[in-house]
Amino acid sequence: MAGNSFRQCPTSGLYFHRSAESLMKAHAVMAVVFFLIGGIFGLLVMLTRMPSVHLLSAETFYMALSIHGTDILIFWIIFFEVAVLYFASSTLLRVRPAMPGLGWLGFLLMLVGSCTTTFSFFRGNSSVMFTSYVPMPAEPIFYLGLILFAVGALVGCFLFLATLVVAKREKTYQGSIPLVTFGALTACIIAVVTIVMGAIILIPTFLWSLGLIPNVDPLVYRTIWWGLGHSSQQINVSAQVSIWYAVAAIVFGAKPMSEKVSRTAFLLYILFLQLASAHHLLVDPGLSTSWKVFNTSYAMYLAVLASMVHGLTVPGSIEVAQRKKGFTNGLFEWLRKAPWDNPVFSGMFLAMIIFGFIGGITGVVMGTEQINLIIHNTIFVPGHFHATVAVGTTLTFMAITYFLIPVLFRRELILPQLAKWQPYIFAGGMVLLILFMLGAGTLGVPRRHWDVSFSDAVLKFKFAGTAITMLGMAGVGGILAAIGGGAYCLIAVGSLVFGKRLDENASLFSSFGFPMSAPAYKVSQPDQLAMSPIESHGSGSHAAPGTFALALVFLVTFVVYFFINAKYLSSLWHMS
Amino acid sequence: MSIHPPAQRVWWKQPIDKIEAAWIGLALIWCLILFAWMPYWHVFGKQNLSTESYKTSTTAFEKKTNDMIAKYTVRKEADGQIPVVAPPAGSNVYLAASKWAWNPILELKKGESYRLHISSLDWQHGFSLQPVNMNLQILPGYETVITLTPTQSGEFGVVCNEFCGIGHHAMLGKIYVKD
Amino acid sequence: MTQHNHSGDAGGEEVPFMQRLLDNPFQLLALGVAFPIVIYMVWGLIEAVTIPLAP
Repeated sequence: MAGNSFRQCPTSGLYFHRSAESLMKAHAVMAVVFFLIGGIFGLLVMLTRMPSVHLLSAETFYMALSIHGTDILIFWIIFFEVAVLYFASSTLLRVRPAMPGLGWLGFLLMLVGSCTTTFSFFRGNSSVMFTSYVPMPAEPIFYLGLILFAVGALVGCFLFLATLVVAKREKTYQGSIPLVTFGALTACIIAVVTIVMGAIILIPTFLWSLGLIPNVDPLVYRTIWWGLGHSSQQINVSAQVSIWYAVAAIVFGAKPMSEKVSRTAFLLYILFLQLASAHHLLVDPGLSTSWKVFNTSYAMYLAVLASMVHGLTVPGSIEVAQRKKGFTNGLFEWLRKAPWDNPVFSGMFLAMIIFGFIGGITGVVMGTEQINLIIHNTIFVPGHFHATVAVGTTLTFMAITYFLIPVLFRRELILPQLAKWQPYIFAGGMVLLILFMLGAGTLGVPRRHWDVSFSDAVLKFKFAGTAITMLGMAGVGGILAAIGGGAYCLIAVGSLVFGKRLDENASLFSSFGFPMSAPAYKVSQPDQLAMSPIESHGSGSHAAPGTFALALVFLVTFVVYFFINAKYLSSLWHMS
Repeated sequence: MSIHPPAQRVWWKQPIDKIEAAWIGLALIWCLILFAWMPYWHVFGKQNLSTESYKTSTTAFEKKTNDMIAKYTVRKEADGQIPVVAPPAGSNVYLAASKWAWNPILELKKGESYRLHISSLDWQHGFSLQPVNMNLQILPGYETVITLTPTQSGEFGVVCNEFCGIGHHAMLGKIYVKD
Repeated sequence: MTQHNHSGDAGGEEVPFMQRLLDNPFQLLALGVAFPIVIYMVWGLIEAVTIPLAP
């Protein structure tokens, strides 16, 4: 273990351990593969929901939607997150990863699992959507694939924790772990809970599909399954927020405004974020009002508070760093003069703004117990989670990819001009898609529906013309977003294959676990990691008035949108 | 920086910046208002989901539905396939979801209250009253009971908004409300 | 990144309780597993299985 297993990246100064690096590469590459598959099917779904195109047959549409949901919400996201876990532990703490052999076993399980489940979709008998609500049956290999994938991801989580232990024992750092690693720890903890709940429900469901168990109760299934389905997306939230902090540090040299505040906010995530799985059960039979109110509000909205804190401290720390560089004019010079043509920054910043303003606000509003009545299972719901996952998480991962291609994969980015525009194209398309989905959902258009003109139905019903127009407009946004997503795949894959090698000794095969050629690794365990330089504290050096102004705009938007929806709710038929 | 260990060994005692503290205060107040709004609406709002629900069996629920249909059918629609039922105000009304239909069609009176029981006879379905836009999750084996008072008259669609198999998009029911 | 003059590097100052909690991944893991499992899942399941039979 003591051999020359580290290399230092000349541009970033980061240290990469040989075996951690290969693991990161393998997970990141598989993530992009599933992004590509899931993205293509997303486009097909959108082209079918555009009333003027209506591309696929009903059967293919429901299959495509199942593939899109599962491959993006689980496989793309979690493969990438495991890569982030290796980065945040081994690279940021400059330590060998614990038990890399086991890491490869975890990777293999994830690979076999994700391919098995995706294969089961293509066989056509498992078009049960991401949620696979019982008693609608899927083939046993559908559940089996998910279980294998989850076990593999769990291995990745435990190796992250084990690597933290190794770093502490080998004293590669002093004091506390970096904030970004702490955010990754938050993601890891949430992932463990997610996978535990997933196992509790998917294993019996798998046995049921084999005929070994007579039935699985639908309400019990929904309660536990959403502990998997929703919490898996809370892993994203924690992972993406830590990447935001990382980008602020990498691009601006920003330091957290307050370690105490940021870490406490992550602690609120650890304790309360996952209670929001209840958002999906607000109009289900049988669950009491107190259970719903307490859980849907993440225990009095403490996890929302945490997100609002991160939403201030990330841009706030950037503002402080920019003001130190002399961008002190007015409220927003620091923001105007930010490197908007660097996709690492622009992607991250757009992701943060759209996540907060659209994803965050709509999420809280529709998660309000009674307001959920006007939103449950309408196309508003996917509108919301495209703002959180497709922009918040995905665009963040895209942004950090542009950093990882040269630093981790040691390749020059191909098509840099396209890379510069890619975040704007993707975010622009997504915002159109999202806003029109939210709009159509507000008018009652259902999600997961092949034909809202009901041409095959015995009875007749017509949605408002505006709702149908909005579905068409959403499709235009979806096509634009698909172009942006395609550009990302092109740049990422193209750079790995055709990009100029930044180190001649590297080869692409190293991504899949073949040993890297020796000369790249010159360094053994590096010196102990230095603490951040001390700077004076107190409001003088930490002024972020521009960010505070933005935050106030956010708060006003939030309040107004909430009460608009409360007003809408009050116009409904009376029920009790 | 955030990618390095914190500058001080003990960072918990560092003072918090004014702007951060102000924002935390404002955000917390808003969070508490949001939280208080839900119980407030339970007391003062007119749209609250009851938690009255029962475990049932698909056969038992189907029987109750058919009994009501036999008693209160006023006519049939869609070439005699679907009964239209006009139950008296205040009575127990049953609506059964199955692949891929809502049975029966209901005819209610504006301003009157009904105890509406909804359940599924097979898979999960979504009750989506349109264009009112009221949405409930319907599970097999569970009977949801709500006291419903229509405040508008006219013809309303009952869309299924939970994916329930290949005929999902053709699953459409109806509720008439008379003045 | 090369400045070194960290207060309390070698200990001396006592680390407050909250920081010790935040510095301990396994305590956080225990809390993070316990809270949602109990408040969300166990409570929710108790409600689900105690629903009465239809009259």
